[in-house]
Amino acid sequence: MAKHHVSATVNNDPVEFLCETDQTLLDCLRDELNLTGAKEGCSSGDCGACSVTINGRLVCSCLVLGVEANGMKIETIEGMAQGDKLHPLQQKFLEHAALQCGICTPGVLIAAKALLAKNPNPTETETRYWLAGNLCRCTGYDKIIRAVMDAASEMRKGA
Amino acid sequence: MQYESPDTLEAAAKLLASATDARILAGGTDLLVQMRAEVLSPSLVIDIKKVTETRTIKEENGGFRIGAAVTGAELKEHPKLRSVWPGLVEAANLIGSTQVQGRCTMGGNLCNGSPAADSVPALIAAGAVATVVGPNGRRDIKVEDVMLAPRKLALTKGEIIASFFLPARGAHASDAYLRFIPRTEMDIAVVGCAVSLALDASGTCTAARMSLGAVAARPLLVADAAKALIGSKIDDAALTKLEAAARAACTPIDDKRGTKEFRIDVAGVLAKRTALIALERARKK
Repeated sequence: MAKHHVSATVNNDPVEFLCETDQTLLDCLRDELNLTGAKEGCSSGDCGACSVTINGRLVCSCLVLGVEANGMKIETIEGMAQGDKLHPLQQKFLEHAALQCGICTPGVLIAAKALLAKNPNPTETETRYWLAGNLCRCTGYDKIIRAVMDAASEMRKGA
Repeated sequence: MQYESPDTLEAAAKLLASATDARILAGGTDLLVQMRAEVLSPSLVIDIKKVTETRTIKEENGGFRIGAAVTGAELKEHPKLRSVWPGLVEAANLIGSTQVQGRCTMGGNLCNGSPAADSVPALIAAGAVATVVGPNGRRDIKVEDVMLAPRKLALTKGEIIASFFLPARGAHASDAYLRFIPRTEMDIAVVGCAVSLALDASGTCTAARMSLGAVAARPLLVADAAKALIGSKIDDAALTKLEAAARAACTPIDDKRGTKEFRIDVAGVLAKRTALIALERARKK
């Protein structure tokens, strides 16, 4: 069976890749495009480590087939910093030490960015519910929430 | 495994009818998990998201038609739908995380065939009708008639749920959905309860439907709930009858999420609470 030829936009770059039907978007990002920022945690949509956006919509890339990405606009953690300049969320995660082992961090950052794009001034409760699909096995949740709230505040000042 | 993404439901139905073990892909939040766990190994996956009808919310005959592959997030972002059917939208939005909401669909929630599906009782209470496309054309089927038992649907070979029709609402009508879970988020209903009701200008209930999830082999339409509420002002006496009707309808199993006795008890509690939320909302309309 022939592989699928997929054309998509990843972090504003046009990309093309070949994939099998059973390869998820996460598999394609990591194995075909060498974008290993999105992590494989559970492969069942529970942990959020593979979070990306597709046409602006936050999803688990492990629950999307690679072939479904054809014609889509995908954003991953690799597109978050602009060259050497970190995104305010990334900067605040460093300042608040909002990561320990770091496996969940790319997914949390992508999810938090999607939240702030939709709601620049979320309450702590809204932030916690929005990020409920991003599990941190180091359980550093409090610092994550503080970093997101601080980044949101800084981004509102800058806007 | 092959993948097809036809532009029409007729073509999708033909593909589905022709293969022995094809599966429909809408949001994939159940299908991909089951494929990964090797519960399912379809030879053909048919993605229906290229079909406009499955991806659109539109107003029709005073009601709404919601495509089977519209996501939970898209339901939430439709202000008019949220205003008219808040209970349905909150039920669909209880499924999974933000990430899952970006993909999960009501068509998938129904066709996955779980008795604990959150959006299904809300659709049943709303009086929703599913439009189904198959090799022999289109037909309409009430949502309460779609699921027969866990993983068993009343769809024939090649049939696909295209959309759901929600009927027109008069003034003073609303709905609500509550579920019991041991956590606050990201869990599967131990009991789910949806109530939809309408009042006249004096506040007397003129129409009511209640559906329970996770208390039987399939989501139930509780016919006696309408008897308990219609004609009343939804006072304590009516709510007591509603609670009894809810408990009488339950034929639950014992499992790790809850015992039979617990589910039956909670069904009564949720029936009253859900009805009171729907009542409060209907009074404000």
